[in-house]
Amino acid sequence: MLKIRKNIAISDSGFVFDPLSGESFSLNPIGMEILHLVKNGQSFEYVSKHILNKYEVDAETFERYFYDFISTLKLFNLTEPD
Amino acid sequence: MQKLTIGLSGLNNIDSPGPGIPVIRGIRDSKILDARIVGLAYENLEPGAYMHKLVDKTYKVPYPSDGVEPLLERLRYIHEKEHIDVLIPNFDSELFTYMKSEKTLEEMGIKTFLPTLNQFEERHKSNLPEYGKKYGVKVPYSEPIASFRDFVQHRDKFEFPVVVKGKFYDAYIAFDMDQLAMFFNKITAKWGLPVVIQEFVKGTEVNVIALGDGKGNTIGAVPMRKTYITDKGKAWGGITLEDPSMIELTDKIISQTQWRGGMELELIRTTNNEFSLIEINPRLPAWVYLAVAAGQNLPEALVRLAMGEDVQPFKGYDIGKIFIRYSYDLITDLHEFEQLATKGEL
Repeated sequence: MLKIRKNIAISDSGFVFDPLSGESFSLNPIGMEILHLVKNGQSFEYVSKHILNKYEVDAETFERYFYDFISTLKLFNLTEPD
Repeated sequence: MQKLTIGLSGLNNIDSPGPGIPVIRGIRDSKILDARIVGLAYENLEPGAYMHKLVDKTYKVPYPSDGVEPLLERLRYIHEKEHIDVLIPNFDSELFTYMKSEKTLEEMGIKTFLPTLNQFEERHKSNLPEYGKKYGVKVPYSEPIASFRDFVQHRDKFEFPVVVKGKFYDAYIAFDMDQLAMFFNKITAKWGLPVVIQEFVKGTEVNVIALGDGKGNTIGAVPMRKTYITDKGKAWGGITLEDPSMIELTDKIISQTQWRGGMELELIRTTNNEFSLIEINPRLPAWVYLAVAAGQNLPEALVRLAMGEDVQPFKGYDIGKIFIRYSYDLITDLHEFEQLATKGEL
């Protein structure tokens, strides 16, 4: 299962700081919500159900955006290595 | 508070700054030291000479290239007036002269805390491959060259781009032979020979500032990544990092070499998270005040080590501490400039 690196700091404003690289990123509120869920070890199924219940989005679109988001997290080395 | 008179150089707080002013800021922040700061300037327009809140008195000194004796003669004069307790040279180019004069200075009553000649020599850019082998540290392949023809002989060992480096300062990336020749000439005109051709390692440059006690212990170490780099390759902004592997590497180098004094490690972190050591600067760098702000007052610790005190290693530092350099128009009067230019004192 995908894991967000433990030392990644996520503030309430959606500001993400990677203390290893010194890079920082900004997330919108939904991105922050998803990142928190993933960081807490929730599966794609759980995250998908949570988002679909809360927001107006269809499952297929969400899945596409979710994996796109995850690959961005991987690209910036915010996840634990596979 | 301990009253001391501290002499130091590197007052050129310009776009490519010397470490003098940030070192002074660290000393001024100290709650242990009550220091009178005596600046040593090479040029009349070194801004530090006019920063009277930081520098109490400034003396012009001869360039290291003028030889040891003229410098010592000038220092004798300054010492007679100021009774300097500790001297901190902040330029690579003057270190050799000061290390050679360490005993004479000690006899005069001036303490320093410098690397040994051997430590200084073996970490030279031109000796880095041997250094890497000796201490088990990954370094990029490099060759010192004295002429463009020298490089032609070593051409097969390199792939473009390569990094062309000066003996003390300056580094350029050359993508072909024409650029290499141009940078070779540019660097030799300024810094002389040899010029070092180094393999280009792709990755992110990260740095560590550290202080060794000369017995193999790391007194302090703070890793940083430059977040804003000037066209001269100097940090205009930086952030402290949490990277235990950088600290481990620093500890390894300091313990193996028994490093004495301040140092800066310049590293490339590759995409595989491996480090390649591209340079060791044998002094505290100009971004030293970031370490002070992050909780490690390395200038204060260096002064205390020079005074022969037992200094305990720092435990930790603030992660995510940021520095942003800025420029500021210092206003002074003609008579101040005149004092320094004609009498060599201000």
